[in-house]
Amino acid sequence: MNAPGTGNANARVRERLLWLALVMFGFAFAMVPLYRVFCDITGINRDEAQVLAINTQVDTSRLVLVQLLANVEDAAQWRLNAPAAAIPAHPGELIQVDFELENLADRAVSGHAVASYAPAVAARYFRKIECFCFREQHLAARERRVLPVMFVLDRQIPPDLGVVTLSYAFFRQVKT
Amino acid sequence: MNPSMDTPMDKPLTDPHDAGHHAAPAGLWRWLTTTNHKDIGSLYLWFAAAMFLIGGLMAMVIRAELFQPGLQVVQPDLFNQLTTLHGLIMIFGVIMPAFTGFANWQIPLMIGAPDMAFPRMNNWSFWLLPVAATFLIGSLFLPGGAVSGGWTMYPPLYLQGGISYDLTIFAIHIMGASSIMGAINIITTILNLRAPGMRMMKMPMFVWTWLITAYLLIAVMPVLAGAVTMLLADRNFGTHFFDAAGGGDPVLFQHIFWFFGHPEVYILILPAFGIVSTVIPTFARKPLFGYRSMVYATASIAILSFIVWGHHMFTVGMPAGMQLFFMYATMLIAVPTGVKVFNWVVTLWKGSISFETAMLFALAFVFLFTIGGFSGLVLAMVPVDVQLQDTYYVVAHFHYVLVTGALFSIFAGLYYWLPKWTGHMIDERWGRWHFWLSAISVNVLFFPMHFLGLAGMPRRIPDYALQFADFNRIASLGGFVFGASQILLLVVIVKCIRGGEPAPARAWDGAEGLEWTLTSPPPYHSFAKPPEVR
Ligand SMILES: [Cu+2]
Repeated sequence: MNAPGTGNANARVRERLLWLALVMFGFAFAMVPLYRVFCDITGINRDEAQVLAINTQVDTSRLVLVQLLANVEDAAQWRLNAPAAAIPAHPGELIQVDFELENLADRAVSGHAVASYAPAVAARYFRKIECFCFREQHLAARERRVLPVMFVLDRQIPPDLGVVTLSYAFFRQVKT
Repeated sequence: MNPSMDTPMDKPLTDPHDAGHHAAPAGLWRWLTTTNHKDIGSLYLWFAAAMFLIGGLMAMVIRAELFQPGLQVVQPDLFNQLTTLHGLIMIFGVIMPAFTGFANWQIPLMIGAPDMAFPRMNNWSFWLLPVAATFLIGSLFLPGGAVSGGWTMYPPLYLQGGISYDLTIFAIHIMGASSIMGAINIITTILNLRAPGMRMMKMPMFVWTWLITAYLLIAVMPVLAGAVTMLLADRNFGTHFFDAAGGGDPVLFQHIFWFFGHPEVYILILPAFGIVSTVIPTFARKPLFGYRSMVYATASIAILSFIVWGHHMFTVGMPAGMQLFFMYATMLIAVPTGVKVFNWVVTLWKGSISFETAMLFALAFVFLFTIGGFSGLVLAMVPVDVQLQDTYYVVAHFHYVLVTGALFSIFAGLYYWLPKWTGHMIDERWGRWHFWLSAISVNVLFFPMHFLGLAGMPRRIPDYALQFADFNRIASLGGFVFGASQILLLVVIVKCIRGGEPAPARAWDGAEGLEWTLTSPPPYHSFAKPPEVR
């Protein structure tokens, strides 16, 4: 092992390894722009960070027709519109429908919506996550507002319930 | 000047304690200036032992605090400092230096080299370590105490702490420099200083695992250095790499850290594979089964370790595609690891096995490391990991891998090579006591932590809900016994150095390899003339 040149050979290996270490040190810093570029290209970590939420509980074998009804107590003062006469929904599927409420009067009013279901037994299979009927609504004069309703039809809904009705009636708040 | 020329290797030496041209300095000066691989190997091992004592005492305080719910022994702030330092010390101060100590002692002996390739650099690599350790442990006594943000050094906590955080970062830099220098030395030694006839595919498994480990060190220690340098810049120079207030991203730190962190896991375990692959064939009196597949398995584990870091970060809000990639890549590592376990078991098959203490620890390694490997597979599954992230299940997992894995292999290696190093056989009776007490208590200590984690107990907390009290009490009792039984190891080592039955050159009848052709202890300068390997 004392062959001449061993020392040089050692120094050569050492030099190469030091370069490798230096490159890897630089790589740590290179990860800063690389990370940005990678996220921009793939869209990761930007807008839809939570694309993980996939509903696996949808029963696609069945379709229930949900009829939507909207009524107001005093048609001259209010208008409440359902987005459609009926929409199809799979049990387990998260559904969002946007109702529209408009104050036709020149003064502010408050009111409250009450939901009802037909047939009445359907009520227990409606799982509402968001509904304008949860809160009192205060509208300024001539204000128009979109009111979302989010619900899931329970997977336990009996198969003979092919058509169900979700109906809202809007009542003006009586001042006390 | 060329450092490889400054050891006397041109004179055949007769007296093992004659240091050659220069008079051997005595006392402290000898150890400060030594360039001898055996001296430096011993220094590394004694340093690791001292750090093991300090890190172990910290673990005892932690287990005492967790003995029952409520705060009894330490306040939460000190508790967090202790868990952080315990992690840093055990990884950078115990496991890594101990393996480097083995490398220094054994690699030149195993490949027939006169010394390491760069003996002076070797001296530097070692003496940087006590400096780093002083910074790390000394920070406990600074205003505000030591770092308490966890050994993983995540921002924003590490951007907010006091002076001890700067000091810890500095210590990491020094330890990184030490590891890189040590790794360069090891690679150069293995590549250039092998005895004639010692082809790569003839090298002992321990040398192979260390060669690959050294490459891992050179590839990832600079990345860690870069990450902590950015932390330092964010703290002191107004940059915003990780500081969200200035547009930085703390998750980026986790990516960089774990790009280092996962290969680091294999830096901590590959040399253990090497030791176990040496001990088991000796006491099974059969050559290692599947040497070639062992080499390839080690290399593929090392390569795969660069693409799995995301499994530490499943809950940071990573898209499902990346989670799946990291999950499958992680599980893939189980294949080469499985090859290794299979080879060890087949090596035992129909061997004439004897159960010396070294063998007992090696067998316990195979069994218990595999448990740690399996809990790693469990944690690799994304939906499970989302539940178990930051619970005691994770603590159980990495302690099985690092204590009954890496540390047990270090014990096995010590019992195996101490007769070679000291010239005295070890006291097997004390050794067996050390083994059985350790092997039983370590399971009492860590196994209940699986249950605690599954029940939802979070890690890094000094106090906990009442339902976790029973298992914590069991774990603490196991911990105290495990801690106390390490005193036996110290006794065995000291007894072995001081005297005992003289060890023959081939201390174990099944042992193979160049180191066993030398006397026990080997001469201070060995293989001045390279041996012939057939
Ligand atoms: Cu990992």
